[in-house]
Amino acid sequence: MELTRRDAVAALAALGVGGAAVAGLDRSDWGASGDADARAETVDADRIRETLLAAAEVVYPREVTGIEEFVGAFLEGRLEDPTHATALDETVAKVDELAEAWYGARFATLSAGGRESFLREVGADTADEDPDGTTAERVRYYVVNELLLALYASPTGGELVGIENPQGHPGGMDTYQRGPEP
Amino acid sequence: MSGRPPAESASPADGAADRSPVEDADVCVIGAGPAGGIVAERLAQAGREVVVLEAGPRFDFDDRLARQERAIRPAYDRPDVWDGDPERDAHSASGEWFYPLNHARVKGVGGSTLHWQGMVMRLHEDDFRSETARGVGVDWPLEYDDLRPYYAEAERELGVAGGEDNPFAPPREEPFPMEAFPPSYSDGLFAEACDELGIEMHSVPNARNSEPYDDRSACVGYGTCQPVCPSGAKYDATVHVERAESKGATVIDRAPVQRLEHGPDAIDAAVYATPDGEYRQAADAFVIACGGVETPRLLLLSESSHYPDGLANSSGLVGRYFMDHLFAGMGGLLDEPTRQNHVGFLTSESHQFYDGADAEFAPFKLEFFNYDGPSPVEMALSGDDWGDDLLERLRSEYGNHVGLGALVEQLPREDSYVALDYDRTDDRGNPVPDVHWNVGDRALRTIERVNEIQRELLEELGAEITWQVGPEDTGPAYHHMGTTRMGTDPTESVVGPDLRTHDLENCWIASSSVFPTGGAMNPTLTIATLALKATDHVLESV
Repeated sequence: MELTRRDAVAALAALGVGGAAVAGLDRSDWGASGDADARAETVDADRIRETLLAAAEVVYPREVTGIEEFVGAFLEGRLEDPTHATALDETVAKVDELAEAWYGARFATLSAGGRESFLREVGADTADEDPDGTTAERVRYYVVNELLLALYASPTGGELVGIENPQGHPGGMDTYQRGPEP
Repeated sequence: MSGRPPAESASPADGAADRSPVEDADVCVIGAGPAGGIVAERLAQAGREVVVLEAGPRFDFDDRLARQERAIRPAYDRPDVWDGDPERDAHSASGEWFYPLNHARVKGVGGSTLHWQGMVMRLHEDDFRSETARGVGVDWPLEYDDLRPYYAEAERELGVAGGEDNPFAPPREEPFPMEAFPPSYSDGLFAEACDELGIEMHSVPNARNSEPYDDRSACVGYGTCQPVCPSGAKYDATVHVERAESKGATVIDRAPVQRLEHGPDAIDAAVYATPDGEYRQAADAFVIACGGVETPRLLLLSESSHYPDGLANSSGLVGRYFMDHLFAGMGGLLDEPTRQNHVGFLTSESHQFYDGADAEFAPFKLEFFNYDGPSPVEMALSGDDWGDDLLERLRSEYGNHVGLGALVEQLPREDSYVALDYDRTDDRGNPVPDVHWNVGDRALRTIERVNEIQRELLEELGAEITWQVGPEDTGPAYHHMGTTRMGTDPTESVVGPDLRTHDLENCWIASSSVFPTGGAMNPTLTIATLALKATDHVLESV
């Protein structure tokens, strides 16, 4: 199932009512924002994007496509918050530091199998998320759960499970009244 | 900021730049929840100089999506959603039943309506005459007809979406301000079982916009009503607090009132703490609107040589008769999709059994859930799996749940109370509230009966029952009532039917703390109703 711009925008979510702001959202706008310029001086946004995309290819189910644009769009919104951006940057730096030490390469350059093994070895599968916790807990919070939140609060992520309007998505007043599709 | 702001980005707003007292205030309102907000707006509208003192901060509306993320992510506990502070909000629970006070209350501008579910029913006629009609409890010093016009006004103020399909509701004079939300798919599943068993379902009055109302949008289905509505479609008391400010009222946030200075017959001033130090707000009249726990606590903290047991407490009943509604529930699994968790509110109930209450069985109402079972996104964030394995787990665990809830009345008991715990202090050094919650046999017996009905319904539906909340593990609905009860006899009550304290000529209480009995209906509409009534009485005096 393909993740679409609608999902990315839904994951972005802060759209007021009815998605009126969606139409105006464009990648060129994100790149041109003052916030983006400011954060570029302090965090490595490209590395964050690359790392989370590489992680998404592991933590998202195989039937999902269109991940790159989806993750990129979601991250644009998240990186606008300097505190979150800094914490993401630090977590990703730690991920790369450990990947270099254990596998001799940055996380994003590992094979899919290598990335999966790394995330399990770092403990992100069994850790409870905690933004202020151990490395495992921070990787779970800022990498794994960041991505899972984006996906499963989006319409396509919800539809994978059988719910077109998942919690966190302003999907309107119709779906709760509808029966299952035949 | 565009995009979903991260959970960490929410923080209290800066709030008032100047927290010094207002000169020549006519009325000081303590608490910026629904009661305080309504009173303040009405008094300001009438030209009175009003100051509102709120213990907690202001919140930024633009932070609501970040707060929603806190509600979804497992790293955050429920009090974190609205910046609960364990030291500021410290409490004790010494009763037979533990009381998790901070699970569902919010200190801040808007109060606990920021968190609430938003269900707004009128009490039934017999709720006002429990002793006469049911042989237990006490009668209110008011009847339903006394409050009926105020109820209609309160429904307009909050913005209630409701239908006139409830044959058990008390008589009303006009349609609800908005159409009811249509029933859910799972309501339809229950309807067949209800038909078989002769149980009538009907719509639920919601303080939630089914269409644009009062400059707020219609509900867009975020699904996290409780504890946060990012769209503002669910009513919260910031509506009235902001209106009050637009009409000239002054709202001072982060200003917990420490004590009320008083003489024998009147309050002189509210002494309040702020980040900048302590101040003293004088006024001609005071309206205490701090809910069923902090209202008696403030009176008890304001003891004096004239009132050694607490202010306005000649009766000795301040803090006594603490009541809540008891939850009873049951749920299970069907072998077909049930479409849960699309929205976070209820669309159907049954009040059929309510007026059969007597001395042995309490009134109760049945609720048909739209959000039973797990939410996939929450489930996704707390497993040991990801990728295809996670998706498989989500698919197998989501989709077939059905659930029923119920609220049950508990009777007022003198041994169920809010007192001060002198062994424990809050961040200001004040003794914390001790919610000493005891529940009687009538409520527990009724929960058993509710469970029987719920079981019958679920079995008729063909559900495999997987959970039950019964008399052994019931909990509160976070409806704090009864602790400054209303009555005509000053030896048996704290306030009169005009909501003024018997002891003090310039002190009114607008809160569920004045309820002599609680019924089994969610209390906020009645809180708003009494706030409107209290305002009329204040205006007669100030």
